[in-house]
Amino acid sequence: MSRTGKGLTTANGVPLKVSLMRTNRRNQIRAFLLVAPLLLFLVIAFVMPILDMLKRSVDNPEVHTQLSRTVAQLQDWDGDSVPDEAVFEALVQDLKEGAAARNLGLVASRLNYEISGMRSLITKTARRTGRIESGPYKEAVLDIDEDWADIDIWRLIKRESNPYTLSYYLAAVDLKFDSNGDIVEQPEYLQIYQQLFVRTFWMSMAITGLCLLLGYPIAFLLANTPLRYSNLLMILVLLPFWTSLLVRTTTWIAILQQQGILNDIFVGLGLLDEDSRLSMIYNKTGTLVAMTHILLPFMILPLYSVMKTIPPYYMRAARSLGARPFLAFRRVYFPLTIPGIGAGSILVFILAIGYYITPALVGGQDGIFITNFIAYHMQTSLNWGLAAAIASILLFVVIAFYLIYNRLIGVDNVKLG
Amino acid sequence: MAVPSYATGPERVWYYVFRVICALIFLFLVGPLLVIIPLSFNAEPYFTFTEAMLTFQPDGYSLRWYEDFFTSSAWLGAIRNSILIAIASTLLATVLGTIAALGLSSRYMPFRNTIMALMISPLVVPLIISGAAMFFFFSRIGLSQTYLGVILAHTALGIPFVVITVTATLSSFDHSLTRAAASLGANPTRTFFKVILPLVTPGVVSGALFAFITSFDEVVVVLFVSGPEQRTIPIQMWSGIREEISPTILAVATMMVLLSILLLTTLELLRRRSERMRGLSPG
Repeated sequence: MSRTGKGLTTANGVPLKVSLMRTNRRNQIRAFLLVAPLLLFLVIAFVMPILDMLKRSVDNPEVHTQLSRTVAQLQDWDGDSVPDEAVFEALVQDLKEGAAARNLGLVASRLNYEISGMRSLITKTARRTGRIESGPYKEAVLDIDEDWADIDIWRLIKRESNPYTLSYYLAAVDLKFDSNGDIVEQPEYLQIYQQLFVRTFWMSMAITGLCLLLGYPIAFLLANTPLRYSNLLMILVLLPFWTSLLVRTTTWIAILQQQGILNDIFVGLGLLDEDSRLSMIYNKTGTLVAMTHILLPFMILPLYSVMKTIPPYYMRAARSLGARPFLAFRRVYFPLTIPGIGAGSILVFILAIGYYITPALVGGQDGIFITNFIAYHMQTSLNWGLAAAIASILLFVVIAFYLIYNRLIGVDNVKLG
Repeated sequence: MAVPSYATGPERVWYYVFRVICALIFLFLVGPLLVIIPLSFNAEPYFTFTEAMLTFQPDGYSLRWYEDFFTSSAWLGAIRNSILIAIASTLLATVLGTIAALGLSSRYMPFRNTIMALMISPLVVPLIISGAAMFFFFSRIGLSQTYLGVILAHTALGIPFVVITVTATLSSFDHSLTRAAASLGANPTRTFFKVILPLVTPGVVSGALFAFITSFDEVVVVLFVSGPEQRTIPIQMWSGIREEISPTILAVATMMVLLSILLLTTLELLRRRSERMRGLSPG
């Protein structure tokens, strides 16, 4: 290093500032290169699937690709009367082509989500368009089924001709577009999702509350017991944490079912008659008990790590200043544990709200969560757009709580075991 | 926690009441796991204790459900798949995660918090969402219903554990050790293998164990991504519980509890070794 007129430089005459920046830059690149392979992997195996799902929740390709001619003709339609001959001619051509390519099922199902009966209307019409050789097409189509004179159907086709749609999101919260394109509530008998979202939210809150109630005393005991014993007791917390989720759900079935162990004990003790065995599973109780058991360690561990840092002499000082035990606890110890309560509660809540397996196995009819409907639409009804929309809404909720968690506690402080 | 000498009468009573409450909560935590072990030796196809079991008659107990497990091709195929998938995804997650953790713990790392949040996200995003998303994407690129698809999915789920444990180990790593190695003439590669690696090994191994058990236990994502070829133990249990509820599941559950005890012991030993190597405890 030598001193020149302008300032400090390295031996080669490069200003020190520039040289330092170069080294920093090199170190940054080196660090980034180490992270890059994993980053690339996660983008392919995790981020892109999530983005793909988000796109699918608004994706609407069926009508505008499979009924392309009809859609083009409907551009100039006034929207108030039955469309004219040109539109019907386009429809017949689209249906003929679709029937030949055997891909009308997609568009038929898509339109059927919005107006039930569309699937059969389209398949029926497509089957018979083969016989229509020449015009007038309007008359011929109305001959096949006069439902085509219904303006609502044409409005639906025009509305859904957009390559992107909000219909799935609306359906996921029990709303829909009416024939004028305004957002209205679904008919009462079709409303399920709002209620399920609300139930999932409240059940998750209840589970979080139960975990806090049961976890707080245990964390307190672990943090205030000599290390020799607390290490031993910690194993009792970690063992269920490490045990398979399915195993834990299975044992609750064995314990809680009507011919299960708990009912046997109650009957054996004479507390219950043989015929009045309690149903504690395949309902809300089953979900609450099994999920509290499964998520309890996630509450205990953050609470414990916070309580561990509270010096025991704070309580003693409060006592020596004349505070009764309860007051000392409430005014001194409890406020110090609030960060742990926050961390544990948000963690348990995030995990609870997205749980699928346990509610599906022990929840019965009234203990299931919104996640069960994602699975239902993925596997049974095959309405993937709706599944993607429900999953996306759930994802936004979880991300919101994750950001709060990150702001309050920081992801760096996540501890395991 | 002992009763202090200045404790008043009600406090002494509360002290014992508190102990009883804690004992009950511990029973709630561990009891269900212990109940399942004797039940798996039931001679009858019931999920509850029979008269014969309660009176300790030898013919109330049997190994028939274990025999059932070890002679069933479905279960054996599932165990083979589970082990194969868990090992492959653990290896991948451990290698990628450890290298990334080295970069993440460098103080020059740009966008550290954002990248860290992204790497933890597979742990936070509900499994059903990851499962659905991977199903959509993997069927687009032809990975659905393949071993590779399941392995990639499980690697993504295991990565947060490896990253968390290894960065935690590295955060308490004393960087003067690498400088000492360099000043003694070791090149960076030699320093990595002779100094850094032995010290972070406990973190790497416990991260790998977490990744392994995550893959071994995982059912939601497999449910979506796998085909009939890739049935794993959790899938087999899942359909067992849903369809024909047979005590074979209890035998499997017992073996899984034993497996988790084994893993837990390994982790505890690793933790002690790591503390000893850092001189944190006299060992």
